Amino acid sequence: MKHWQLNNEANGIVVAVLDRAGESTNALSTEVMLELSQILDQLDKTPPAGLIIRSGKAAGFIAGADIGEFSQLDTPGKGLALVARGWDLFNRLAAVSYPTLALVRGHCLGGGLELALACRYLLAVDEAGTKMGLPEVMLGIFPGWGGMLRLPQRVGPAAALDLMLTGKTLDAKRARNMGLADDCVPPRVMEMAARQLLLSQQPRRALPLVQRLLNGPLKAVVANGARKQVAKKARPEHYPAPYAIIDLWQQHDGNALAAPEVVERIIQSPTAKNLLRVFHLQERLKGFGKPSDDKASDFTARHVHVIGAGVMGGDIAAWCALRGLTVTLQDQSLERMAPALKRAHALFVKRLREPLKIRAAFDRLIPDVAGDGVAHADVVIEAIFESVEAKHALFRAIEPKLKPTAVLASNTSSLRLEDLRTALARPERLVGIHFFNPVAMMPLVEVVEAEGADPTMVRAACAFVKQIDKLPLPVKSAPGFLVNAVLAPYMLAAMRAVDDGISPETVDEAMLAFGMPMGPIELVDTVGLDIALAAGQQLAGGAEAPRCLQQRVDRGQLGKKSGQGFYDWSSGQAKKAAPGSVPAGLAEKLVKPLVDRSSQLVADGVVADADLADAGVIFGTGFAPFTGGPLHLRAGRR
Amino acid sequence: MQPIYVVDGARTPFLKAQKGPGPFAASDLATQAGRTLLLRQPFAPSDLDEVILGCAAPSPDETNIGRMVALRLGCGKKVPGWTVMRNCASGMQAIDSAIANIQCGRSQLVLAGGVDALSRAPLLYSDAMVRWFAGMMSLRTVNQKIRHFLKLRPAALLTPVIGLMKGLTDPVIGLLMGQTAENLAWKFGINRRQMDEFAVRSHQRALAARQAGHLAEIVPLVDGQGTVYAEDDGVRADADLAGMAKPKPFFDKKYGNITAANSSQITDGAAWVLLASEEAVQKWGLEPIGKIVDSQWSGLEPAQMGLGPVHAATPILQRHGLQLADIDYWELNEAFAAQVLGCQAAWQDDDYCREQLDLPGALGKIDEARLNVDGGAVAIGHPVGASGARIVLHLLHVLRRNNAQRGIATICIGGGLGGAMLVETC
Repeated sequence: MKHWQLNNEANGIVVAVLDRAGESTNALSTEVMLELSQILDQLDKTPPAGLIIRSGKAAGFIAGADIGEFSQLDTPGKGLALVARGWDLFNRLAAVSYPTLALVRGHCLGGGLELALACRYLLAVDEAGTKMGLPEVMLGIFPGWGGMLRLPQRVGPAAALDLMLTGKTLDAKRARNMGLADDCVPPRVMEMAARQLLLSQQPRRALPLVQRLLNGPLKAVVANGARKQVAKKARPEHYPAPYAIIDLWQQHDGNALAAPEVVERIIQSPTAKNLLRVFHLQERLKGFGKPSDDKASDFTARHVHVIGAGVMGGDIAAWCALRGLTVTLQDQSLERMAPALKRAHALFVKRLREPLKIRAAFDRLIPDVAGDGVAHADVVIEAIFESVEAKHALFRAIEPKLKPTAVLASNTSSLRLEDLRTALARPERLVGIHFFNPVAMMPLVEVVEAEGADPTMVRAACAFVKQIDKLPLPVKSAPGFLVNAVLAPYMLAAMRAVDDGISPETVDEAMLAFGMPMGPIELVDTVGLDIALAAGQQLAGGAEAPRCLQQRVDRGQLGKKSGQGFYDWSSGQAKKAAPGSVPAGLAEKLVKPLVDRSSQLVADGVVADADLADAGVIFGTGFAPFTGGPLHLRAGRR
Repeated sequence: MQPIYVVDGARTPFLKAQKGPGPFAASDLATQAGRTLLLRQPFAPSDLDEVILGCAAPSPDETNIGRMVALRLGCGKKVPGWTVMRNCASGMQAIDSAIANIQCGRSQLVLAGGVDALSRAPLLYSDAMVRWFAGMMSLRTVNQKIRHFLKLRPAALLTPVIGLMKGLTDPVIGLLMGQTAENLAWKFGINRRQMDEFAVRSHQRALAARQAGHLAEIVPLVDGQGTVYAEDDGVRADADLAGMAKPKPFFDKKYGNITAANSSQITDGAAWVLLASEEAVQKWGLEPIGKIVDSQWSGLEPAQMGLGPVHAATPILQRHGLQLADIDYWELNEAFAAQVLGCQAAWQDDDYCREQLDLPGALGKIDEARLNVDGGAVAIGHPVGASGARIVLHLLHVLRRNNAQRGIATICIGGGLGGAMLVETC
């Protein structure tokens, strides 16, 4: 066998080790699954005392199905065959006469978890990398290899649907607490624990009676609740998969083969194809931060120095500390940094949960009024207020203290790097590392290359962005880079519609129905009307500001931050009236400037190609992912 | 003997214990002050040879707090960290242990200091309660357990042993530290008004030092709620004699002289100094602020532990052929106003100097203008383990700003000990 290795132990236990040939991570390709069925054939002939399935990779257990094979599902029938392949194989695994155990260490996702669920026992190894989940929905498909059948049986239907409909993952402890894993053990005892559990003959933990009822006669209760939850986040015409998951579970006990028309509809849907495209775009962005073949140029940051503890600087610092870097945060006084440190602590509490980890992250985030961190830093990010003079003075002061290899970056969104770097003795070292607000939520970071910039520094900046688990998008220096440059004409068009007498609620509803995560008017309120006005003046090519915007700014109604903008924010949420009926073609009219500008920026070389423009607009603005991106959408409509 | 350089130092503000546990654990205090101190050095935390931290009362989850803080400071797994305990002089002991290791060539670059979070001193179960718990653990049946439960005496449960009071009680003779200070007041005839005057002056001096910007050694603290703690919060601008006269005697109830107000405050804080050998100074291009020339530990009657500075500083003076007046500035830790006044009285007392110090007669008096010029523990507090390191660091700053050369930092130690260090500016 190419991918599996069988170890027969003296006690009659067989250990099947998956070590997929030629890849760094395990995925369930056709070949891998064929070999697994051969293993089952072999064990049918001479049943072992028990079977342990584990990974031979350092990276994790099994990442899921082989996504490369998804793009080959071009003709009807192939999708159904793909579902049948896993459904049948894992049913067979679940029915074997001998006890089976999946030893899950590292990621165990999608088909990987469906395989593990088909084993009698699931033993999770308590390590940072251990993550279990069924994220198929994020690719616009469903867990058709038994996940929809077996996950509800293990954790109860409500929890199972929550996992399958959001795609979120569980760590080892949570998996154990929810009943997904039979136990959760540290690596030092995993070998002994696996063998003990395998031969224990202990029955699987039974679901409580209420959960069994909800997974049986009362399915409708859970299903209706789940449909309501999903409806808040995704419209069925945009995202059919979550609705299909609920239906398949409710009506067919998770057996997708019982509803072949659903399988074909979902797998052949443009949404699934486009979400797969988005997945590949994401992988491509990650690739910009991967080390090159030339090991000497590898860049790893240990210490980041952030200057300016405002919303952006403070949150960038907090994020870097969360990701394990030592961070010095500089501002004029500790008092000015205190709000940022408070937000950082709240972020650590939310994301890290364990007190010792929270404390360690807070220890790594060092307030540094004196700016002593500059001399130690591998990356220095300037996030002070937008003034060329102030940034010049800052660069002059810190450049002599920088390590020669340190990346010097500006988080500016409105100033030209070419103007900022004139204060430097080594102007070519300055790059833009442009984060989006809120930093913890937004996956994209634009890495801005000015004319004549040192390519080593640009590469290092991308590597740094990747290191902190963000998606680097290389862009050329130009007003608004990519994301703000495409948002500005879109927001402008939305406000012009308001000038034309369409209510803000109706404008927002038009774009929500189009698939945007937030309406453009609410977005203006969130960004701040003053910021939108300034950005408009910079990015709209001298066009007059919309009347509705100018009037509100004149009245001091600056949006969410002032409590009133287009909407009333006094409760912290936008208070919206019911939208009117959306005029035909409004969404297309409003999105056109965004698409036009995306296309123009590709033509101008600000972003390297149309795919990257789509990636940037999706991950930077939340532009309806099911469309595959603005340029993909336009190309498809043609 | 090679010179021992003090390269730099820093401390937290000293935070007075309010109601209940303070905002920072001892290791939080030491970490926040230490990381800022290390950040401004040209070397990395991992270049230290060791971290030594004095702590009189680490919490149960801060075992070997010196190692714990070294790791939290980012020194890395290879830098040894350890903890020393010499009660009120634990921070000074840490410095002395660093000196010893530098002298014998084991270390070149050492972070040494002290810390205590006295507000977090635990409440303990009495022995009776511990026995009750142990009994419960050994029982199997529910019936037995119920019967055992009925034996619980609520009084024992509701009367915890106050860990802090235990720590401030001499374990051999059973006197509270304040009672040993009452002994000195009695011995030398120091009255309440003298103590109160001394306490008022300590507050006034501490306040003046803050206003003059003489406390750059302080690294402000911040907690997870974004609250900033920038200053020693026990210092009172409104300290006056009338106010000092109000509190009742605390240690010898009713009849004594020593009150909470003319004693050092129960406080949380940390102080660090960075010590280097000549070789390390050269290697890293360091610019030391001073040198530690000599140190001394002495023992005396536990019931008079407050005179420890007299017993520790005198041998240093003798070794170097110095008189009290040859020392430019003194930091004599203010455990109690009566205790500092007692030290002054002892040095002026012919009998005491002859009988206890083997001197031909009285040594004299420290000029008050050169003693604790920026106030002391009565005003800013005495986080026991930290004080010894604080006075060494602060003394060097006092000497430098007055263009002076030589100083002695000295401290009394519960249990009947005194510690002293002779320092010089570079």
